[in-house]
Amino acid sequence: MTNYWPLLGIVLVVLGFALRFNPLLVVAVSAIVTGLLGHMPFLKVLGVLGHGFNENRIVTLIYIVLPVIGLLERYGLQQQARALIMRMRGATTGRLLVVYMVFRQLLAALGLTSVAGQAQTVRPLVAPMALAAAEKEHGALDEDTAERVKAMSAATDNVGLFYGEDIFIAVSSILLIQGALKAFGIELTPFELSVWAIPSAICAFVIHSTRLLWLDRILSRHPRGRGGPAAFKENPDSRFRGNDEA
Amino acid sequence: MIDMHWLYAFAGAVFASFAVSSVRERGNAKRWGNAAFWSLVALNFWFGDLLGDIGNGVLVLALVALAGFHLLGRGTAESTTIKERERFSERYGNKLFLPALIIPFTAFIGTLLFNYTPLRDSGLIEAKSVTLVLLGVGVIVALIVCYLWLRPLPMSSVDEGGRLANAIGWALVLPQMLAALGAVFAAAGVGATIGAVAGAIIPQGSIFLAVLLYALGMVVFTMIMGNAFAAFPVMTAAIGFPILIQQDGGRAAVIGAVGMLAGYCGTLMTPMAANFNIVPAALLELKNQYGVVKVQVATAIPLLICNIIILYVAGFRL
Repeated sequence: MTNYWPLLGIVLVVLGFALRFNPLLVVAVSAIVTGLLGHMPFLKVLGVLGHGFNENRIVTLIYIVLPVIGLLERYGLQQQARALIMRMRGATTGRLLVVYMVFRQLLAALGLTSVAGQAQTVRPLVAPMALAAAEKEHGALDEDTAERVKAMSAATDNVGLFYGEDIFIAVSSILLIQGALKAFGIELTPFELSVWAIPSAICAFVIHSTRLLWLDRILSRHPRGRGGPAAFKENPDSRFRGNDEA
Repeated sequence: MIDMHWLYAFAGAVFASFAVSSVRERGNAKRWGNAAFWSLVALNFWFGDLLGDIGNGVLVLALVALAGFHLLGRGTAESTTIKERERFSERYGNKLFLPALIIPFTAFIGTLLFNYTPLRDSGLIEAKSVTLVLLGVGVIVALIVCYLWLRPLPMSSVDEGGRLANAIGWALVLPQMLAALGAVFAAAGVGATIGAVAGAIIPQGSIFLAVLLYALGMVVFTMIMGNAFAAFPVMTAAIGFPILIQQDGGRAAVIGAVGMLAGYCGTLMTPMAANFNIVPAALLELKNQYGVVKVQVATAIPLLICNIIILYVAGFRL
């Protein structure tokens, strides 16, 4: 008889995220409820949670770049990124992001996934450049448009990473696929798997570039906004700040 | 040999510096909450292996309590003004990019040098951690260059790092927290249950429908877990192997590789993949915390359709 009750943990996560409770709280409550419904004693749940947290420190590691990025921002890094784009002829938001995606996919395909990323490159360089390109072509942006350009910059990094990294034979996901199939007696080399990441990588490039170039057209149609450069001025109206002060 | 533990020690120091910077921020009413939060993260990086599972669990609950009771908050951390930054940018010009590029270049050139020279056999750096270790080296080199060249105040890098960290806030540890949730889900048998449900609703006789269900199963399960890696073994056991490969004779390499990539379409559409979708919203100071997910959906859905076609054609028709 399968125990379906632990699935309630998933419902809690979905509800908690949808109702915008603090995500850390949602995740902790869901973990404890799921564990208890799975007939684990409380201390066991706590131990599994703690163990899982400690084993995954690697995902938080990338923030060691913040002191460098912060220091350079203090000395005008974002402003310089803008200035560079302002002087460049023909640099539109869409074209700029397409070029970035090519680099991101190629680097990821070479196994160099962590040389670029949201903290390393998107916040200090890519997003300010994309914003500057939009402002150069279309004048000051209204808030929604600036938000869209920033979100597209982050999205481009993700798409480039996801649909580049599996072409590299030693990436963890390829090794995982190999291991999972081996459990069923199917022996494949990493190379046999990674070549099949290429068609999807091409599709990802075509689809996302089309959207990026389309973004240029949308930008040229949007009503001009007021106000100065939209780049990361500390926004007091921000509903979401990464930490809540509700 | 330099391995991940060296890097964790360095990361612990960086997070401790965020705590110091939080305390220094006198104008912020929540500075002690911020400082406690980053101190706990530093503690986890430094002593995680000594605390034991329960110890780490208590640490997790403490982090959750700080965030859940709204004890964290961004202050009005002093930095340079936009006007000052524009002046600096005119003064230093494009050379400002160099320190920022030192980090990726050290990681990139260093990894190549390490892998294609006798250094690889020297045992200096643990082979599987090379890029990350060199990323850490890059950060240290970049900091040294910045201090020698720009001559900021001694505490500037601490304060500026803390400013960014407090702007991101609790979202910074959410990815690690979700990974821990994944461990609990696995221990409670959530994956196996979902696999059993998915396996039970497979229609007989239509290869295309089975492919469709496999891909959609990967997407939905990835969206729930925030991670295609957790979904893959479950969907392979439920549909990928028994139905697509064994019963219908599909090409195993395609079913495996493209199945995973279909799952990545799910990663693009879920807030559970916090490091890709929620943290960037905080880093880029978006108003909508789901802003990144929102723009990714229109790429993910056509891409999912492509992946389903590739699965079907390359897996069964070629």
